[in-house]
Amino acid sequence: MNKVIEIRNCTAAYGENKVLDRVSLQIGKGEFVVIIGPSGCGKTTLLKMINGLVIPLEGEVKVKGESLADCNLVAMRRHVGYAVQGAKLFPHMTVEENICYVPGLKKKMTQENKKELARQMLELVQLPKELAARFPRQLSGGQKQRVGIARAIAAKPDILLMDEPFGAVDEITRKGLQEELIALQKKTGMTVVFITHDIGEAFKLGSRILVMKDGVIWQEGTREELLGKPRDEFVKKLIDR
Amino acid sequence: MEILQILWERRDFFLTCLLEHIRISFTAVACAGALGILIGVVISRHKKAAGIVLGIINVIYTIPSISLLGFLIPLTGIGNKTAVIALTVYGLLPIVRNTYTGLVNVDASILEVAEGLGADKRQILSGIRLPLALPVIISGFRNMVVMIIAMGGIASFIGAGGLGAAIYRGITTYNMTLTAAGSLLIALFALFSDWLLSKAEKAAGRRYGIE
Repeated sequence: MNKVIEIRNCTAAYGENKVLDRVSLQIGKGEFVVIIGPSGCGKTTLLKMINGLVIPLEGEVKVKGESLADCNLVAMRRHVGYAVQGAKLFPHMTVEENICYVPGLKKKMTQENKKELARQMLELVQLPKELAARFPRQLSGGQKQRVGIARAIAAKPDILLMDEPFGAVDEITRKGLQEELIALQKKTGMTVVFITHDIGEAFKLGSRILVMKDGVIWQEGTREELLGKPRDEFVKKLIDR
Repeated sequence: MEILQILWERRDFFLTCLLEHIRISFTAVACAGALGILIGVVISRHKKAAGIVLGIINVIYTIPSISLLGFLIPLTGIGNKTAVIALTVYGLLPIVRNTYTGLVNVDASILEVAEGLGADKRQILSGIRLPLALPVIISGFRNMVVMIIAMGGIASFIGAGGLGAAIYRGITTYNMTLTAAGSLLIALFALFSDWLLSKAEKAAGRRYGIE
């Protein structure tokens, strides 16, 4: 399998507080990896290490074979989609400008190109194209989240990092978003790394699930493997919910 | 009534003063605006320097304007140049402080997302931070403009032109109407400029969907 993300023996800390302890992880092309664990287990830090927002104290991170320590982070990030909880859309930009943000960073887009890209992306995330001219504050939570995904994938990245992207939406909207994400991933063949604290979501989405605890990957496997052979009480409790 | 009468009778004099006042204020606003925003941007990146710079500007602000003009005379002489320098220095505080406050108070999680999406430092500043700080910066700018116009009245004490000349002449010749007329024009000019800027503020708000 073609390894697109390789993390080797990475340690990270905020001040004195160690959040990741010699974590290693390899992710192959087209995998859908879900990371689950309690708050403070280091899952967000692990994700941010992949796009260089967190630099490990020790160890090495490679994305598509290139070590992040000696590559141009800004250029690399433009090929790695990033979506977070609450979408965090740019409030001063319209939906169209938000969607076109990443492609526009590389070179200025014409009005027609922007319009066309926004139309395509809105269709992909199943939003009416009339929303293009709206500002984020005029959208519902679910719509914001969809636009957040559209913004993350507008530059056609081959890796998509998602940090609890559906955390702030209601149950029904969340179900819809999950189905669409599965379809989208099948269609594009993207590699997805997805953080959640909802085991149902993890089982539904992940082709591989990583359970994290206290800064280490405690157990990993498919849904069947986790259900069949939980490592200990901690994992059992987590998957029993 | 007397004020209106004197304004009409000596309209050429008042017009010259007003134009001179506009010229001096405008130059000072341009200098203080450009310099102030620049300083604000720089200190928003260097938190340690921010305290020192804001402290210095605060101290300058506490010097009475009339004595600041006095201090400047040996250095830059009398006339419009000195007036512009003094007004610029005074105008710095509101614009530097608001630029700084606006920039550092932008939601950090939004900045992180922009960085994670691949924006470089310059793109984050120009595309995200400055537009999001704009309402605060504009309010500082309005403050600065009104202050500079009002303070411009004192500039004639060191030989600069402007409506202060009318006030000064009124005081020295015991002509209260002349002084009142000069003051009235300064007030109207300040109010008008502020009103104009409030329109600009609204337009910026619409562009950025704030309102």
